[in-house]
Amino acid sequence: MNWLIAILQTVLFVALAPLLAGFLKFCKCRLQNRKAPSLLQPYRDLLKLTRKQPVISEDASWLFCLAPYIIFSSMVLAATVVPLIAVDLPTSASADVIVLVGFFAFARFFIALAGLDIGTAFGGMGSSREMTISSLAEPAMLMAVFTLTMTASTTNLSGAIGHVLNEGLILRPSFVFALFALILVAIAETGRIPVDNPTTHLELTMIHEAMILEYSGRHLALIEWASQLKFMLYGVLIANIFFPWGIAESFGLSALGYGLLVIVGKLIFLCIFLAFAETAVAKMRLFRVQEYLGFAYLLGLLGMLSHIILESTR
Amino acid sequence: MILFLAYSAVLLSFASGGIALAHLYKSDVNKQWVFWSLGASGAMAIFAGLGELVNPEIRLDTLNLGLPWLPWHVHFDSLSAFFYLVIGIAVFAVSFYAPHYTHHEQKNAQNFAVLSLFTGLFIAGMLLVLLADDAFMFMIAWELMSVASYFLVAFQHENAANRRAAFLYLLMAEVGALFIILAFGVVASFADGFTFDALRASTLSTTWMSIAFVLALLGFGMKAGLVPIHVWLPEAHPVAPSHISALMSGVMLKVALYGLIRFCFDLLPEVHWEWGVVLLVVGTVSALGGILYAMMQQNLKRLLAYSSVENIGVIVMVLGLSMIFLANDHQELAALGLLAALFHAFNHALFKNLLFLGAGMIHHQTHELNIDMLGGLIKRMPKTSVLFLIGCMSISSLPLFNGFVSEWLAFQTALQVDVLDNGVLRSLIPVSAAALALTAALAAACFVKVFGLIFLGVPRSRHAEKAKEIEDKGMLAAPALLAGLCFFFGIFPNVMLNLINNVAQQLLGSTLPPQGELSGLWLAPVSAQQASYSAPLVLIGALIAAGVCFWVLRRNPSTVTRIAPTWDCGFGGLTPRMQYTSSAFTMPLRRIFSPVFLIDEKIEKTMREHTTMNVAEVRYTLHIQDHSWVRLYQPVERGVNRVAKQVGRIQTGNIRTYLGYSLATLILLLWVVS
Amino acid sequence: MNIESQDFYTQAILSMSALVGLTSFLMLGQGRLLRLIFVFAVQGLLLTLTTSLAAYSLDNPHLYISAVLTFALKVVFIPWMLHKQVLAMNMHRDVEALKNNTAVMLSGASLMVFSYYVLQPIIHTSSMIMLNALAVSLSVVLLGLMLMISHRQAVAHVVGFMSIENGLFFAAIVATNGMPMVVELGVAFDVLVAAILFGIFFLHIRTSIDSLDVDLMNKLHEVDK
Repeated sequence: MNWLIAILQTVLFVALAPLLAGFLKFCKCRLQNRKAPSLLQPYRDLLKLTRKQPVISEDASWLFCLAPYIIFSSMVLAATVVPLIAVDLPTSASADVIVLVGFFAFARFFIALAGLDIGTAFGGMGSSREMTISSLAEPAMLMAVFTLTMTASTTNLSGAIGHVLNEGLILRPSFVFALFALILVAIAETGRIPVDNPTTHLELTMIHEAMILEYSGRHLALIEWASQLKFMLYGVLIANIFFPWGIAESFGLSALGYGLLVIVGKLIFLCIFLAFAETAVAKMRLFRVQEYLGFAYLLGLLGMLSHIILESTR
Repeated sequence: MILFLAYSAVLLSFASGGIALAHLYKSDVNKQWVFWSLGASGAMAIFAGLGELVNPEIRLDTLNLGLPWLPWHVHFDSLSAFFYLVIGIAVFAVSFYAPHYTHHEQKNAQNFAVLSLFTGLFIAGMLLVLLADDAFMFMIAWELMSVASYFLVAFQHENAANRRAAFLYLLMAEVGALFIILAFGVVASFADGFTFDALRASTLSTTWMSIAFVLALLGFGMKAGLVPIHVWLPEAHPVAPSHISALMSGVMLKVALYGLIRFCFDLLPEVHWEWGVVLLVVGTVSALGGILYAMMQQNLKRLLAYSSVENIGVIVMVLGLSMIFLANDHQELAALGLLAALFHAFNHALFKNLLFLGAGMIHHQTHELNIDMLGGLIKRMPKTSVLFLIGCMSISSLPLFNGFVSEWLAFQTALQVDVLDNGVLRSLIPVSAAALALTAALAAACFVKVFGLIFLGVPRSRHAEKAKEIEDKGMLAAPALLAGLCFFFGIFPNVMLNLINNVAQQLLGSTLPPQGELSGLWLAPVSAQQASYSAPLVLIGALIAAGVCFWVLRRNPSTVTRIAPTWDCGFGGLTPRMQYTSSAFTMPLRRIFSPVFLIDEKIEKTMREHTTMNVAEVRYTLHIQDHSWVRLYQPVERGVNRVAKQVGRIQTGNIRTYLGYSLATLILLLWVVS
Repeated sequence: MNIESQDFYTQAILSMSALVGLTSFLMLGQGRLLRLIFVFAVQGLLLTLTTSLAAYSLDNPHLYISAVLTFALKVVFIPWMLHKQVLAMNMHRDVEALKNNTAVMLSGASLMVFSYYVLQPIIHTSSMIMLNALAVSLSVVLLGLMLMISHRQAVAHVVGFMSIENGLFFAAIVATNGMPMVVELGVAFDVLVAAILFGIFFLHIRTSIDSLDVDLMNKLHEVDK
């Protein structure tokens, strides 16, 4: 029964990811006085892509065709670990939060390799930038997450969220820092403004799009879906770590339904916030990103230090 | 029985060298025996190590070798056995790889004899270091290892740069050995005798103990390649034959770590947390510095050498954590740290061997080690590329591979900081955990560069274009064995961790906490509530997810892939030179971390016909140097030269002056004697 | 002494002190003057919030007055004045390139750890809130000095000076539940006078050496090179 719920939750995760991306686009369009596409547009795009014939460069190797499957399945695995509507699911014990970061690293490794596979300048440019940014973002993310895991004294995500939930409302300085750090990292890692612009195809600025320029058809669909999934994963992480209230602790139907409603509400709120931020902020120069991520790293470190110094003085 | 196996491993590696000599004088000796004997030696070492690890007890022996009143004491416990296992696996793999790899050398009987003789001596030396139970035997074995490996580094001595690298290696190895002797000397002066038992029983003051610790750290650190005393590594590794650099990087550095662990955790009567902090800081600096320099290299083997510096740094850092916990009476957490450090040492031996052997295969087929001259090998050498990819994934610590598990354990150790009382430690350890996270991420970037530029894309030179897959089965079998082990221990790390737990039991007197679980499916080092990881479940999940989407998407027959030329933005004429190069790939990181490097970057533009706008030719040169050369070595070198010049003054060249020296010495001696 | 066992007021004060510390860090790393002034105003706002919180939970009405004073002076008046001057002197487009930004930030972090280390001895004699508030305010003072050392513009020096005063004020509010009214009024008045004096000085420095870059004042050294 528990396993069934875990699998259902993963399926729900995968199924809702395009919807979340659609909703973000909707918010942004409305804020910028444009007419928004339907919320279901991402689904239609994915479906269209799977029906098209993929075109592959003659210089591509087997790795190029395999990479989308690897990227997608590592994101799905990451989705099994992150509690969406319920904690204490059996799948979340199989991998803790360090492994979660490992899954992201796995996907990134292959997407960067796929970018280099064709041998064009664009792919190399994208891979180089992606690896640079992520190698600065990953430690910042780990620092932010470690603050949580040290508070809960477990690296198990489900256990940590349960710990925060059971404690009730406690204002922790360290969580304030960690929250900011994680938001900054999430923006950088999911390729949003001001670090990367997901809608641009201008060679000087693109990062993620440069790597996947050669993909088409079902391969592109998988990669697009994986990046939507990654976006949702970060959103759920932020929402459920710092504001876990409402997540289901028992597996009754009503508790699960309530959990679903609450998480949808939290994600809507996050999306609106992000849409505001993206509309108000301009994309920054590539070499400003280091300062941005350095700041995130500093915040993460301060969070960790303030946990150690402020919160558990001996 | 176990000791017999251990001895026979040593004897067989001596025998391998001996057979090579015999072949030189009597050419009817089958030279393949050299490799068979080497393989048998590796197998024996594996059996001896496994036997001891499964059934841990301390086995002692004395051998009446050497000076008559100084017999050699032999001691084989689970720590030695663990490193025996590491050496055994590496030697076993190399014995399959070497026959084909050295077939050029085999044409010249003399070269072949030299290479094989010193390989045999080198391996025997390493094994003997692990067996030693007195400082005397330890140093003899250590010198055997160092000197034999010097000849291996100098093997291709026709090139002046190689001779220089080999000399640097010898110099640093000997200075290091000097420090080790001093460290033993300090402890021994408070003990009666040089046997390890006597050293353990010595009563030192804390100051002397700390002095001994620093000396040992310098000595063993020079061999292991800690920053800033690492400079011989990137010089010596590229010039040795690949299977030798695999042994040096994968195994010899581990022997230095063995020395450090043996000295600090076993021989010194107690440990202090300040030493742990020293190890932590040195390890962190080495890890970060190593990977940042590795990233900037263009020569594949140099890059791998710098990456060894990084991995050794990680291991030393975790050892430092273990020491801090031990000094604060958290034995179980100290065991966790030791477990993480030893497991990472084991994993590093596996994947670094694999990568060096892979580098050898690439060099063998293309005669090229410059990353910027390769490319597109994935189509030309498909089997090699898969094996190399596994190595790259392990070293980048991606889940499902062994490197990840040890990195995970290292993080788990660092996250236990909450149990400590000391404020400095509580704020220092998270910072080093942050540095560890940065190191891991940079390593992934570095090995994306390595694999992407060598194997993917379009060939950048004729050599790379004409490369062919390796035919010889043995040469493929060795890396395949290592890659298989990398994957196996990534999925079932508990097999090894249970064995290492015995080492912790014997060395620290404590194992992992009893709530922890190391069964087939679950890895939960402290307790299941705190952290758990199940690689088999993750693997199953990944297979299911990938399988389902593969099956769903491939059903439609109208979507068969179409092969087309690469999109060239409508301009036409894509050339391999348009691809990203090594220096282009790392440019953003070079710019971000620019204070770490000494960068000499020049762009020269030649203009066409007296104009200022019309560029005819651009020449770009980039040199990146290690800070430690300028900051540490050159001042030392200048100082030594200055002293040497002063001392040189007594050499007048006049024979009567020399006679005067003799007279003065004689008078002085007579005066002293009376 | 874990945070779980503290009451809500303590938790809130601790969070506030963490944020005050963060704003000091932000100021330290800030190269643009306008943003620096903005962060300074945010720090003032946090101080106001802390003061009103203390006033509310300690039921101490005169703290409300000092909250209002803080708000008026440190959130509105001084930032507004500095802002105006920066605009008037057309310095808002200058980005001061901090030399060794990383080194400055790192030494800032170690200063923070150092102030905790200094205050370790009082840990047994006082409450958790006292220790942390004192440590944070000490580090705000030290970071303010650091800010003055690392920046070249005189405006940044003024902000650094004011943030030192902020650190002291924070300690006074949290650790002693507010000083006597007379002292507070006096301090507030001092700050005001200081701000005005600085304004006048800016004008004079600017007219005499045509810049606010304090490194240019090196000309004033005694010994000619």
